[in-house]
Amino acid sequence: MEKRVTFDNRLLPYLLLTPQLAVTIVFFFWPAGQALYQSLLLPDPFGLSARFVWFSNFEYLFNDRYYLQSFATTAVFTGFVTLTSMSVALLLAVLADQVIKGAGAYKTLLIWPYAVAPAVAGVMWLFMFQPSIGVLAFYMKAMGFNWNPVLNGSHAMTLVIAAAAWKQISYNFLFFLAGLQAIPKSLIEAAAIDGAGKWHRFRTIIFPLLSPTTFFLLVVNIVYAFFETFGIIHTMTAGGPGQSTTILVYKVFSDGFVGQDLGSSAAQSVILMVVVGVLTVIQFRYIERRVHY
Amino acid sequence: MVEKRGFGTFLVHAVLIVGIAIVCFPIYLTFVGSTLTHFEIIRPPMPLLPGPHLIDNYTQALTQGITAPVGRMLFNSFVMAMGIAVGKIAISILSAYAIVYFRFPFRMLAFWAIFMTLMLPVEVRIVPTYQVAASLGLLNSYTGLILPLIASATATFLFRQFFMTVPDELVEAARVDGAGPLRFFKDILLPLSVTNIAALFVILFIYGWNQFLWPLLITTKPEMNTIVMGLKQMMPTADDYGNWPVTMAAAMLAVLPPVAVVLFMQRLFVKGLVETEK
Amino acid sequence: MATISIKDITKSYGKTEVIHGVSLDVADGEFIVIVGPSGCGKSTLLRMVAGLERITGGTIDIGGRVVNELEPRERDIAMVFQNYALYPHMSVFDNMAYGLKIAGQSKAEIKQRVDKAAAMLQIEPYLERKPRALSGGQRQRVAMGRALVRQPAVFLFDEPLSNLDAKLRVQMRLEIKQMQRAVGTTALYVTHDQVEAMTLADRLVVMNGGVAEQIDTPMAVYERPATRFVAGFIGSPAMNILQGSVTDKHFALEGGGTLALEDAGYAEKGRPILFGVRPEHLRLVPAADAVLNLGVTAIETLGADTLAHGKLAGANGVGGELVARLPGSARLSVGDTLPLAIEPGMTHLFDAESGRRL
Repeated sequence: MEKRVTFDNRLLPYLLLTPQLAVTIVFFFWPAGQALYQSLLLPDPFGLSARFVWFSNFEYLFNDRYYLQSFATTAVFTGFVTLTSMSVALLLAVLADQVIKGAGAYKTLLIWPYAVAPAVAGVMWLFMFQPSIGVLAFYMKAMGFNWNPVLNGSHAMTLVIAAAAWKQISYNFLFFLAGLQAIPKSLIEAAAIDGAGKWHRFRTIIFPLLSPTTFFLLVVNIVYAFFETFGIIHTMTAGGPGQSTTILVYKVFSDGFVGQDLGSSAAQSVILMVVVGVLTVIQFRYIERRVHY
Repeated sequence: MVEKRGFGTFLVHAVLIVGIAIVCFPIYLTFVGSTLTHFEIIRPPMPLLPGPHLIDNYTQALTQGITAPVGRMLFNSFVMAMGIAVGKIAISILSAYAIVYFRFPFRMLAFWAIFMTLMLPVEVRIVPTYQVAASLGLLNSYTGLILPLIASATATFLFRQFFMTVPDELVEAARVDGAGPLRFFKDILLPLSVTNIAALFVILFIYGWNQFLWPLLITTKPEMNTIVMGLKQMMPTADDYGNWPVTMAAAMLAVLPPVAVVLFMQRLFVKGLVETEK
Repeated sequence: MATISIKDITKSYGKTEVIHGVSLDVADGEFIVIVGPSGCGKSTLLRMVAGLERITGGTIDIGGRVVNELEPRERDIAMVFQNYALYPHMSVFDNMAYGLKIAGQSKAEIKQRVDKAAAMLQIEPYLERKPRALSGGQRQRVAMGRALVRQPAVFLFDEPLSNLDAKLRVQMRLEIKQMQRAVGTTALYVTHDQVEAMTLADRLVVMNGGVAEQIDTPMAVYERPATRFVAGFIGSPAMNILQGSVTDKHFALEGGGTLALEDAGYAEKGRPILFGVRPEHLRLVPAADAVLNLGVTAIETLGADTLAHGKLAGANGVGGELVARLPGSARLSVGDTLPLAIEPGMTHLFDAESGRRL
């Protein structure tokens, strides 16, 4: 897609581009280059000098039990966050789409959590479920459930998944609702006249027509769970107990800043860049596909 | 369409209300927590109805806080969110204008250079970005909070997308009327972009306000903390009982501005959300 | 006010040439209409005069000044666009005043000129409105007002009426003509609508495939079309064209049958030619006087006229399809055979190969 009509001017376009390019080069290309470079270095224990070690940081990582475990942790976390958040949002959206009176109010009440920062969401959920003071934790224990996310890894995982999924419901709800409202009423009416009941209509007409939205949200949710949930993890569990909630992004941070293992952290950054690259390509393939509709 | 009503409709509303209750419960409980005393909270179960200490707790949070006054942190967050929103919009609209309305050598190179930034969230390249910011002396400064985060392609893409829909005839009419490129930008394109700018502003303000990791690294002095990251510092830890009600008041204050933006500018917000993801 | 002189203009996009050397001299105050089917290059030609498209070859001269390298604003022109191209965020007044503001005119001067143009176009009540609060016809007037206030040397119109409904189009057509007469500004007007072209033009430029096929007054174009294309394009229903060849004082139809040619000696015998006659130049005559007989296959009654579609009786196989415009009073039915004669001097002959008039 290109404009037919343009201005002839030699210098002006470069001037207009300068601010964005300058910021991009200084805070994007330079650090990304640094990450690539550092990923090939091994600093000495005192951090005074570094040795060029080719890919041994990567080799080391892929033999590191904790790093491989972090991949598994990320997969579990991402899978559950995406699944939970999308299914709850789809249910609410399908219901809200049927409501005639008060639909606006329901929508308003469901979209605001989008504005809550992941870190604040973490604080709020911890306040409910912290074993010593959390009021919901108290009632769970009162019912005989030994709830302890501070010591029990799967409890901790459940908690961060719940908080992360909660925050993303608004976003998924909005897009599902928009997708539902974009389905032509005539199609649903035709199906009704063909004798399809409500559930049948949903399964055979609405859900398939919603698939572009669903696919789009799938990618967005994976990106969200991978990269934007740092605040939730950091406020709620700090990756623990043990390494049970250390997702990949959190490990880049903790190895780099807490562990001061810059070579390894840089190598992890590079790996994550590749992951983001792949996800972006998938997303763009999707956009291309959508253009053809 | 004619459909049987009655129990079905009731069920729809019931499930929606339960859903909303679950979605809203965390913030309700936070609010309740911000109206109690620390003592009431650390002796579980805490009451589930608001107490009478709302004004005390919020006053204490705003003026003293725990690590630093929350008022100060709110101001920092506001500066950061505004800076990011305004900065991103400004540099993006200019570069999108250059890319759409001019033909020049290296145009596609510039386009791809900007496009690449779409692919890397700051979390991924956090360590080297921090090193760059540190070596430029940007720690504990508003510049350091804002500048590294305004490099992003999303806004550029949104404007590019929008500019492509502006009819060519408007440019031609403006040229026949004697307007050069800067005049066209100022008199025609900018006023036409107002809705898009507003929608983008809403999204970017929330994005900026909700930043956590970057301020966590770049600010070491409590008085430069933003509210979202400062909240983590305020959380009572296991060995120190801290002050839960003040922390919860701070949490309420942390979500209030972005939630207000979403609620009061709902139409712009939805538009912004849908368009930035296109 | 100015003359325009276009000399051997060509335009290429990459290797594709879309305009193959058009020349045109426009007198001061003249209203020129460029007409042709879509893709014929008429808009491109206009946009080259406006300075919105680069000129590949040839020169354009406005008021004695070669403007090839001048920007639109330096050419002393104003343009009315097909979709009006009004600035949506500006009031009607600001839309009309924008060019004057850029030109640095004083506030008082701007106001006076805009008010004058608004009065002329009867849009004074809408000056404070935004374009979206106007009807199509009102927007059209604002677009014209924007051109008018500039007091340019040349008006350029790019299909300005094609977004209006039929009734409004007729009205605006008249107003454009009156406005142009009143201010006496040279005008170039592009359209694909032949009725607009015929009614507005002092002279017509009929374009096809990047070439000006004929440049002449509307009546001359109608009466003596220079090419087969022009013959078919101007006039509605289109001129009947029959293929055949000349035999001694006769035109032998390709499918069989002959027509008498009034004055033979047009061309050498046996040469393949096209024989053209307009539907309105066929009339019903007593069977004995018939030059040709039409077997009616379809009838369209228009009220004032009746169009009889049919096939020449005696013409077998391909070709021989004709339309006759007969008086509305004629009572016809499908299957009739109509004895027809051609008005004297109303036949057109074209070379079958080049399409040129013989």
